[in-house]
Amino acid sequence: MRWVTTQRIIKAGFVSFWRNGSVSLSAVFVMIVALFMIGSTLLVTAFLGTALKDLQDKIDVNIYLDANASESSIMALKTQIEALPEVKAVTYISREDALAAFKDRHQDDHRIIQALDEIGDNPLTAVLTVKAKEPSQYEGIAVFLSNKSELSPDSTLSIVNKVNFNDNKIAIDRLSKIITGVQKLGGLITAVMIALSILITFNTIRLAIFIARDEIGVMRLVGGSNQYVRGPFVVEGILYGLVAGVLTLFLMYPITYWLKNTTQAFYGGVDLLHYFVANFVQIFFVVILSGVALGAVSSYLAVRKYLAR
Amino acid sequence: MIYFDNVTKVYPDGTVALDGVTLSVKQGEFISIVGHSGAGKTTLMKLLLGEERPTSGGVSFDSVNIHKVRAKDMPELRRRIGVVFQDYRLLPRKTAYENVAFALEVSGRTDEEIASDVPHVLELVDLAPKMWNFPRQLSGGELQRVAIARAIVNHPDLIIADEPTGNLDPVSTYEIIQILKKINDMGTTVVLTTHNKGVVEILGKRVITMEKGKAVRDDQTGKYAL
Repeated sequence: MRWVTTQRIIKAGFVSFWRNGSVSLSAVFVMIVALFMIGSTLLVTAFLGTALKDLQDKIDVNIYLDANASESSIMALKTQIEALPEVKAVTYISREDALAAFKDRHQDDHRIIQALDEIGDNPLTAVLTVKAKEPSQYEGIAVFLSNKSELSPDSTLSIVNKVNFNDNKIAIDRLSKIITGVQKLGGLITAVMIALSILITFNTIRLAIFIARDEIGVMRLVGGSNQYVRGPFVVEGILYGLVAGVLTLFLMYPITYWLKNTTQAFYGGVDLLHYFVANFVQIFFVVILSGVALGAVSSYLAVRKYLAR
Repeated sequence: MIYFDNVTKVYPDGTVALDGVTLSVKQGEFISIVGHSGAGKTTLMKLLLGEERPTSGGVSFDSVNIHKVRAKDMPELRRRIGVVFQDYRLLPRKTAYENVAFALEVSGRTDEEIASDVPHVLELVDLAPKMWNFPRQLSGGELQRVAIARAIVNHPDLIIADEPTGNLDPVSTYEIIQILKKINDMGTTVVLTTHNKGVVEILGKRVITMEKGKAVRDDQTGKYAL
């Protein structure tokens, strides 16, 4: 295609977008809804991802050690557990650390501090906190722990007082199920949302072009090639997408800001605003490009119907 | 230049619009096709523009069978034929100037040519003062003059005017016919359909009378015989 023709097509698209104000406006509004669906799906997926990761981080298995266990035997046990392939990290909290943390946690509760002072001795035991790479792997770690005689609480060799895995097991199992469920549901919702937004946009643009179908016929009679007739409509579609994309991004900023303030009250870990700002470039491209692609493809397909000879 | 060879057109609903029409038009002629509504005048025009295909027979323009032209080459052919309709068929969202310029744009003329040719033809149809008006701001006669300007701006070999005066008052009708005559005098072939007796008599040119899909009369000097 010659450059002059391209120029004329682009100009005609802009002029038509401007003169067709009310139609363009409604197309842009509908597209904002569609793009907003795509954008919020992105954000919600990120929200769920962070929330799940937070929850997963909270799962661990604590091994409570005998008060008289020696430091060296504890360290030997720690190395043994760390050697397991499923284990991500083992943290050792000594009796003193445990006491300090306990005091810190209850510093406002005078009765507990008083009671602690009355005992005089440190009543807390040292703890090894084991974190697995995946929630489902805790079972294997627990089995390993109970099979080792020196780890079994009943053995005379044991330095282990108690392993709290069985207490946590039900909660851990349930959480694993919820996590996989939410991930599957999230994928499904994303797919449905995107399909819906594509359909809505396509129908709106089809209507806009239906209004102009007589013009398409006239352009052809005057000798316009298919390319030349279709071009301005595709440019208009791209403009709908661009304008709607930019407006969507403008809308998302205050909404994530508002969500940040409301969600942090009951769930502290996730900051959508921060996520939105940090990944702005990525979100920008996804939203704008979806808008442009939706507009262009919808217009192309909608005009094609009226271009049949 | 135009040759209808035993053309029959039956629409899918069974209506016989044309029934074995044979006629030829020479370069530079001005012919009027008259007849009642439903006589097949508009179908004849549609076949000539490639908007409809004949059921049997062939339509050729400059020895090319119009219905054997590939879809890709159709715009090229249409640029050689200027069309004027009863309902004007202007682009409502373009000004008079832009409507005329569009016909030049599609044939890939340069911006300089467009800038000099468009005002020129609008002058020719006496519409230069209103060239920046949109169609909704123009009267019927003015709209039809824009349509004629658009039809002739590409210097076509043929002008097809399908009931161009159907919606116009007598004064505008007279003006439009005078413009078409002027175009014909400059060498362009004109095919006009009408059922306005006055128009045919002003012209005094060749008249073909259609009745029930057949060409029943062909008079060299205009008489409206119905």
